[in-house]
Amino acid sequence: MSPEIPLPLEIHDLTVAYHKKPVLYGIDLEVPAGQLVGIVGPNGAGKSTLIKTIMGMIPPSSGWVKIFGKPYRKNAKRVGYVPQRESVDWDFPVNVMDVVLMGRFGHLGLLRRPGKKDKEIAMACLEKVNMAPYAQRQISNLSGGQQQRVFLARALAQESDLYFLDEPFAGVDAATESAIISILMELRERGKTLMVVHHDLTTAKEYFDMLLLLNMRKIDFGPTEDVYTYDKLQTTYGGRLTILSEVADTRQKQSDELPLEK
Amino acid sequence: MSIKPQISKLSGLLIFASLFLVSDACAAKIGELSETNFSDQFFRFFSFKDPSVRYAILASLLLGTCCGLLGSFIVVRKLSLMGDTLSHAVLPGVALGFLWTMTKDPWAIFIGATIAGLLGTVVVHWIHTTTHIKEDSAMGIVLSGFYAIGICLHTMIQHLPNGNKAGLDKFMFGQAAALSESDLVMIAVVTGVSLLLITLFYKEFLVTSFDNAFASSIGMPAKFFHYQLMLLLAFSVVVGLQAVGIVLVSAMLITPAATAYLLTDRMHRMLILASVFGMMAGIGGAFFSYLGNSLPTGPFMIVSASTLFGLALLFGPRYGIVPRWVRQLNRNSRIQIENTLKAVYQIREKADFKEDGVSLQQLGEQRNLPLSEVKKEVKRLIRERFATLASSDTDMFNQNQKIYFTPSGWENACRIVRNHRLWELYLTKSAQYQPDHVHDDAEEIEHVLGENIVRELERLLDFPTLDPHGKLIPSVIDLKEVQTGQ
Repeated sequence: MSPEIPLPLEIHDLTVAYHKKPVLYGIDLEVPAGQLVGIVGPNGAGKSTLIKTIMGMIPPSSGWVKIFGKPYRKNAKRVGYVPQRESVDWDFPVNVMDVVLMGRFGHLGLLRRPGKKDKEIAMACLEKVNMAPYAQRQISNLSGGQQQRVFLARALAQESDLYFLDEPFAGVDAATESAIISILMELRERGKTLMVVHHDLTTAKEYFDMLLLLNMRKIDFGPTEDVYTYDKLQTTYGGRLTILSEVADTRQKQSDELPLEK
Repeated sequence: MSIKPQISKLSGLLIFASLFLVSDACAAKIGELSETNFSDQFFRFFSFKDPSVRYAILASLLLGTCCGLLGSFIVVRKLSLMGDTLSHAVLPGVALGFLWTMTKDPWAIFIGATIAGLLGTVVVHWIHTTTHIKEDSAMGIVLSGFYAIGICLHTMIQHLPNGNKAGLDKFMFGQAAALSESDLVMIAVVTGVSLLLITLFYKEFLVTSFDNAFASSIGMPAKFFHYQLMLLLAFSVVVGLQAVGIVLVSAMLITPAATAYLLTDRMHRMLILASVFGMMAGIGGAFFSYLGNSLPTGPFMIVSASTLFGLALLFGPRYGIVPRWVRQLNRNSRIQIENTLKAVYQIREKADFKEDGVSLQQLGEQRNLPLSEVKKEVKRLIRERFATLASSDTDMFNQNQKIYFTPSGWENACRIVRNHRLWELYLTKSAQYQPDHVHDDAEEIEHVLGENIVRELERLLDFPTLDPHGKLIPSVIDLKEVQTGQ
C-alpha cells in the first residue's frame, strides 16, 4: 500500500461543506504519477471545490490531502494551477509578460523580484503556447483562446510536477483546444501528473488516460476505458438521460462524419 | 474683521477656479478684480513662510502619495465602496477618542477612529457571510449606521459644558491649515509605512490583486496581504481625516487612482501616476483653502482631483473622449479618401489604363455624387498629394477638369483595390460565400486590412491575379509597370 516514491496526490476521506451544507462527501483518491486525469461531472458536482480544497483554499470539514507525501503548504512549489478564465478581471493593468512572470513567484522568496532568468523562462513558455509576439500586450486586448494560452503559459512557468486545470477548454476556439491538449500530453510524457476539470464528455474519452467521475461523491476513478461506461456515467449524471443521449448522438454523428484519428 | 475683503477673496477664488476650467468669458474680469491680491496670495503660499502653510503643503503631498498608492490597489481590487464605508465608519471612533481624553489628542482620536473603521469592515464581512444580504447592501447599512452614530455623538459633544472641543468639526470637511505637528508626524509615518510595504511586497500585492486563487495556490498568504492592505487603508483614512474630512477622504483614494487607471495599462505606472495626481489634488486643495482663508480643504482637494479626472476622461490619449473622436474623424476621412482613390482607379481600369487623366464628371458618375461633393473629395486628394489637376487658372473645378494620380496616390489606389479584391476572393474561396455576396463586406474590410494580413491572404490564395469577378488584382509592383508601360 505504501510505495517508496510518494504519490503525486493522495486524498483520504475528504468532506467539504459550505455553510454547513456538504458539497463533497468522503472522497478517497490515489493518483499515480504521469497520468492525464479528467475530472468529469455535472454542474454543481463539486469539481472546482475539490481542486480548491486540495490546494488549501477551502478548509475541509474532515479528511486530509497529501501532495507527494506532504501537506499542500509544504509542496506548493511542486503544484501548478490554471484557474477558470472568468475568475479574474481581464481589464487589470498588466500585460501578458507580467501575468506569465507570476508563474515564477512561487519559486522566488518573499522579497525577491523576478530576474533575467525568470524572464527567459517566461518567454520560453509564451513561445510554447504561440503567444510570444503578444508578450507586451495589455491583457484586455486578448481573445478568449489567447487568454487561456496565457494562463497555460503561466502554469508552465511554474515548472511543477502536478498540475490542476479548471476548465481549460471552456470557451476557447478549436485551434487553442488542440494546442492546449497537445501541450498537456507533452507534459504527461515528461512524467508530470495533470488533473483537468472537463465539461465535454465527447472529448473526455479521447483526451484522458484516467477519469474521475464526480457528483458530490466519487462515483469512480480509474483508467478511462474502465470508467467510461454507460452505467457509471448515468450514475454520475444522476439519471439525467437527456445529457447522455445527447452525447451519444454527438458521438455517433462524429464517428459517421469522420473517423476519429488516433 | 470686515466682510468685504472676504467676499472679494472668495470671488477671486471662484474666478480662478473657472479660469482653471478653461472659460474665456471671465478672462476680462480678472484684471479688474483681485489680480494683485491673488498673486500676493500665490507667492505667500508657495514661499512657505507660514508654518501652518508648510504643514498643510507637506501633509497634502504626503497624503496624496499615500492615497494614490493605496487607492490604486483599492480600485483594481474593486474595493472602492469599502474605502467609502471605512471612512464613514470612523466617525463614532473620532467622537469616542475625544470623549476618552476630553481633548483633541491626535493619538486618542487615531486609535478610536482606527478601531471604529476596522469594526465597520468586520461587521460588513460578518453580515454578508452569515446572511444572504449581499456585500453592497451590507456596506450601505454599515456606512450610514456608523456615520449616524458618529453624528449623534458629535452633537452630544457640542453640548458638553467643558473640554477643548474646538476644531472637532474640522473632521467633517477637513482643514489642512489646522494640522498640528503631531498630525503631520502621523501622516508621514503612515505614508512611509505604506510606501515601504508596497515597495517590498509589490509582487505579492500584484498577484493577490489580480488572481487571488492563483496567489494562494502558490502558497502565498493571500488573506494576510488583503488584511494588511485594509489596515493600511484604515490608517490612511484616519490620518487623512484632519486634512480632507470624513465625507470626502475616500474620494482621495479613488479619484486619483481612477484617473491614473484611465491613462496607463501597467500597475507600476498606475501607482506612480496616482501618487502624482494625489499630490496635485492635495496641493490644489490646500492652496484654494488658503486663498479662502478658512474654507474647508477637503472639498477643494476633491474638486481638484475630479478636475484632473475630467481632463483625463476627455483628453487621455488612449481612452479619452476627444482623442477617440478625433481618431474616428480621421478614420472616416481616410475611408473617404480611399474610396475616391478606388473610384479613380476603376475609371482608369474601364479604359484599360489608356487614359491617364480622369474628369470630375466621370468621378461623380462613378461615386454617384454631385459635382460639389466631388470637388471636396478632389481637394482632399490634392491636399494629401495623391493627385494633381491639369492646371487651368480660370475655372479650377469645372466638370471637364481632369485629375492625375501622383505615384503615391496610384500606389494607395492599387493597395485599396487589391485589398478589396483579395478579400472577395478569400470569402468566395475559403469561406464559401457566393460571389455576388462578397462586395459589401469587402467595402468595409478593404480599409482595415493590414499589410501582414494581406501577405497572409496572398499566401493562402497562392498569389492570385484575378478576383472572383475576373478582374485583375493589382499587386503594387505589377501596376507600377502598367502605369509606366503606357
